[in-house]
Amino acid sequence: MADTTNSAIDAPKKRSLLETLEVDTRLLGMIGAFVILCIAFNVLTDGRFLTPRNIFNLTIQTVSVAIMATGMVFVIVTRHIDLSVGSLLATCSAFMAMLQTAWLPGIFGIDLGSPFVAPIAIVLGLALGAAIGAFHGWLVGYLTIPAFIVTLGGLLVWRNAAWYLTRGQTIGPLDQNFALFGGTNGTLGETWSWIIGFVAAGAALIILFLSRRNKIAHEFPVKPVWAELSLSAIVVSAILGFVAVLNAYQIPTRRLERMFEARGEVMPEGYSVGYGLPISVVLLILVAIAMSVVASRTRFGRYIFATGGNPDAADLSGINTRLLTVKIFALMGFLCALSAVVASARLTFHSNDIGTLDELRVIAAAVIGGTALSGGIGTIYGAILGALIMQSLQSGMAMVGVDAPFQNIVVGSVLVIAVLIDIIYRKRLGAG
Amino acid sequence: MAEDRGTPLVELEDISISFGGIKAVDHVSLDLYPGEVVGLLGHNGAGKSTLIKCLSGAYQMDSGEIRIRGDKVEINNPRDARSHNIETIYQTLALADNLDAASNLFLGREITTPLGLVDDATMEAETRKIMGRLNPNFRKFSSPVSALSGGQRQSVAITRAVYFNAKILIMDEPTAALGPQETQMVAELIQELKREGLGIFLIDHDVHQVKMLCDRAAVMKNGKLVGVVDVDAVSTDDILAMIIAGKKPEHLTA
Ligand SMILES: Nc1ncnc2c1ncn2[C@@H]1O[C@H](COP(=O)(O)OP(=O)(O)O)[C@@H](O)[C@H]1O
Ligand SMILES: [Mg+2]
Repeated sequence: MADTTNSAIDAPKKRSLLETLEVDTRLLGMIGAFVILCIAFNVLTDGRFLTPRNIFNLTIQTVSVAIMATGMVFVIVTRHIDLSVGSLLATCSAFMAMLQTAWLPGIFGIDLGSPFVAPIAIVLGLALGAAIGAFHGWLVGYLTIPAFIVTLGGLLVWRNAAWYLTRGQTIGPLDQNFALFGGTNGTLGETWSWIIGFVAAGAALIILFLSRRNKIAHEFPVKPVWAELSLSAIVVSAILGFVAVLNAYQIPTRRLERMFEARGEVMPEGYSVGYGLPISVVLLILVAIAMSVVASRTRFGRYIFATGGNPDAADLSGINTRLLTVKIFALMGFLCALSAVVASARLTFHSNDIGTLDELRVIAAAVIGGTALSGGIGTIYGAILGALIMQSLQSGMAMVGVDAPFQNIVVGSVLVIAVLIDIIYRKRLGAG
Repeated sequence: MAEDRGTPLVELEDISISFGGIKAVDHVSLDLYPGEVVGLLGHNGAGKSTLIKCLSGAYQMDSGEIRIRGDKVEINNPRDARSHNIETIYQTLALADNLDAASNLFLGREITTPLGLVDDATMEAETRKIMGRLNPNFRKFSSPVSALSGGQRQSVAITRAVYFNAKILIMDEPTAALGPQETQMVAELIQELKREGLGIFLIDHDVHQVKMLCDRAAVMKNGKLVGVVDVDAVSTDDILAMIIAGKKPEHLTA
């Protein structure tokens, strides 16, 4: 070996396959657990769990919690917590529903069905979410009230603010364009799904290539070419496989007939078409990419992790940790509003109990996904995988016919056990 | 003696700060000239770290004045201090344990790409470059600093202070976690930086080291300044006596 001197100090043992591939063993463990879970449910349900239909439903059910979980990662990484996300979702949902059905038509004369309704409602809803989040952040950062207390108060306040706004009524139906974000009502169809799939796969390959070239330019060690190629193959087949599965879920014939009728046409005999990527899933993917870039490639993200690792060091490095707290909670509020769009669009109405207990699901998703409550550690993809595992567990048990109380007992226990495994794993690794 | 050296680089004048009832620093005045190393000695709890934290922006003094090259300055936070080219190696090192060496070195002053994203590759390359000069044995560039030994962590903290062209360097027990060989490297570094014209405040418990590296030694006790002496004019016993008794020996007070 040419680098004998280096490796003698750095890595005395022979590098294992996993080290060569530079994959995150923790991520691998989670994917493994997820795969086992899916296969087990598939066996128990005689193959009904891993059908395109169920996978499609699982994905759209996961979106709302997963979007919020990405924000919760930042909150927990900086050693805070947000117990108000479910209630904040409800307030934003109520606000947007009232805008669409009452305020925009009544006050501004913009009726339901106008192309302006959805954009106006969404923009104002997102702004409200961010503003409420920023307010929480100000209470935590500048007035130094513990986040646990601020958001525990917020849990009550915003749940009931939503109630007050709607007088406890179910508000709907919502605007048709707004409902596109809900899942079944808004999918891209097979062709566009393939196009997006190929673009995404291409982009992933380019990113892998550029990062390798960048490393070589700086004379940093790089993976062997075969490792790089297998990683690329896995990524590309995962992306295209996902698209293929969602395309395989056929829109029911009756629904198709109605769609043709709505356009004043008659459906050709034997016509069939797949749903493809739901818009809400595309939204989640965009959020995941944006949040990952923020986490690892921006100063904001760097400061979040530095502050979580050592708040004093962050302060002494000139980071304004109070303002940082405001920004983190504002982002969390923004994402709650985004989830409110998805959740209420999925129902096509606002219901008074929307988002109830979501705070627990979101925190559980982040924590199962490897976010450490002691701060400084957490990943966006982990939180999304955590949300997916939670949702699979829940719907898998429902399909198997597990009684409702037992479902929740299992989910609660899984959360505790996942954290225990994480603690043991980190101790073994010796990484604090 | 002071007059013929021109304006001091730093003048701390009549600095006081208290926490609750404790007067951690009690009307202390001290100055520092370019190319000079001033040692700061005293028992634990004497107020050394607190005094220099007023200069580094970590604490805000209750009263007193700080002048840099004769001009009065306001240092309200670490950013202010950095803008005056004051760099600090804290006793606690102030590292984010979950980040790697390069992220710590550039924390708060990241190099960014034209798109405004942090440029990790360039920062790591810069870190390798300066580390190659200060601690050539350092190899763990991609591990979080929690995985480093005490000495390696110390070199990250020292590198961070040196990288950004400090004019005023504060070192709070920089060799506390180091073995003899690494301590020697820090000593050589201090001498090199001194030749480059930096002013250095060095907090150190080792009286011999202070006599060897410093031009003057300031001794503190219970928040008060006991006295400042020229190290060549006193013996180590004299300095020890100041630390313990809390007053200048008779033959020096002339
Ligand atoms: N942030 C703080 N809060 C309360 N007391 C403090 C704080 N920082 C320092 N002190 C007190 O000030 C005194 C001086 O401490 P310090 O400057 O750390 O001493 P030294 O560095 O000389 O060992 C001690 O009594 C210490 O307890
Ligand atoms: Mg100290």
